[in-house]
Amino acid sequence: MTGPVELPSIVDLAGSIRAGETTSEAATERCLAVIRNRDASINAFIAVLGETALDAARAADRELRSGRDRGLLHGVPISIKDILDMSGLPTTAASHVRREHVAARDATVVARLREAGAVLVGKTNLHEFALGTTNEESAYGPVHHPLDATRSPGGSSGGSAASVLAGMAYASIGTDTGGSIRIPCAACGLVGLKPRFRDVPTQGVVPLSASLDHVGPLCATVADAAAIFRTIADAPAIDGPPVTGSARGLRLGVPRRYFFDLLDDEVARAFEATCARLTDAGVLLDEVAIPHASEIAAIYLHVALTEAAAFHARTLESRPDDYTPTIRVRLEAGRYVLAEDYLRALRGRDVLRSEVSAALDGRDGLLLPSLAVPATPLGAATVRVGTVDEPVRNVTLRLTQLFNITGHPAITVPCGATGSGLPIGAQLVGSATASLLQVAAALEAPIRGSRSVTLPRS
Amino acid sequence: MTPEDWLESARADARHRGLPDLRPALEGLARAAGVMRAADWNDDASGASESAPAAPAPAG
Repeated sequence: MTGPVELPSIVDLAGSIRAGETTSEAATERCLAVIRNRDASINAFIAVLGETALDAARAADRELRSGRDRGLLHGVPISIKDILDMSGLPTTAASHVRREHVAARDATVVARLREAGAVLVGKTNLHEFALGTTNEESAYGPVHHPLDATRSPGGSSGGSAASVLAGMAYASIGTDTGGSIRIPCAACGLVGLKPRFRDVPTQGVVPLSASLDHVGPLCATVADAAAIFRTIADAPAIDGPPVTGSARGLRLGVPRRYFFDLLDDEVARAFEATCARLTDAGVLLDEVAIPHASEIAAIYLHVALTEAAAFHARTLESRPDDYTPTIRVRLEAGRYVLAEDYLRALRGRDVLRSEVSAALDGRDGLLLPSLAVPATPLGAATVRVGTVDEPVRNVTLRLTQLFNITGHPAITVPCGATGSGLPIGAQLVGSATASLLQVAAALEAPIRGSRSVTLPRS
Repeated sequence: MTPEDWLESARADARHRGLPDLRPALEGLARAAGVMRAADWNDDASGASESAPAAPAPAG
């Protein structure tokens, strides 16, 4: 049996805690109960911090009662992708390669969350070393979509997205190297923010491709994303006033050529309906071009694989059998890239960055779908789009990887669902993260239509 | 070295290393290299093509 359920937000929980309607301990216990009841079938977590989390929640409640309020995240249960260091715990990156690893200290982002009073409930499953978009290659087994166990929740931060959608955490921290926050958020009906490059520190995060890696939140609302961003970002990035504003008069560019060439019919219909709602709300939409968009995938492949291969070269030599075979093959391929082709890709990156900046000039953002297809079936190598079968990896990265290449901030917001109830996301892109969050907050209601998603009821 | 020559050499090396499964990934890289090399923003030492300007990172 299914029915519409509104995902609880951090802002709502913070209000309820301060109104005395609930406590951090009760909220954390609810999350842990869902993990106990459902994670055997979803597999969102690699490690659950049951008693540790409850101790942190009780401490948060004591502090709040004593008058010390650390802000919106104080007492909020949050999960962490198991690619960020948490002191004293393994950072597995979902790989046997790191089975002996224990983190000596917290990643900077984790330390900032703890300082803000967040309750860390566990470490979430992912695609091995974040090198994929389905989580199927994980030393800990695949993550299953909470709405349909035969499908992937998207990745690589799939455990993070599944944990939030299923009610195992109010938000999660993930990483995004080609779309690994935005893809699972689109597939799971969540808000996912990839901040501008270098706005959020990557210290203590296992790298995939250092010049493409970003850290950001997966959560229920734009306001939640803003609250987390303001906690984990470096101070200079936290510019701009609080998240408020009107949709009327905002200008968005829609890059159709290339980005709409390979789009599932239901995704296309949901996106066009979103454009109509935005127009009705007074948003001005016009078409923009990214002239060299057809080179995006080639440039991305050369940057990502080369940088990943450099990081993994030693363990590819010393313990190749500890990688899942497909991940090993991808990494080994990167070792063959010619220096001139890597440098050519960096040259192409400059061209694309210039073209995205030009498209944003005089506009408040760009608008495009986040994910070209709904959540893909587990085990599928290809997915049918229109009349063609395309590799899952190519299709899922297609609309997101450009903004990892250029470093522009991007956020996905739910914009509808397929006939079978699988979520669809719309992506906004901006110049600065704080201003993008303001635009997204102003447009959230017309983009969504409603905040509800359909969850299975137990 | 053309992408075709590179692919032949890389495939031979992968076979020599006992990694025949690399072939599809190498073929994908060769296609991608071909796409980049054909792009109109490539430098040309003869001066025959004009370079596209580099852009700074997004400002904020």
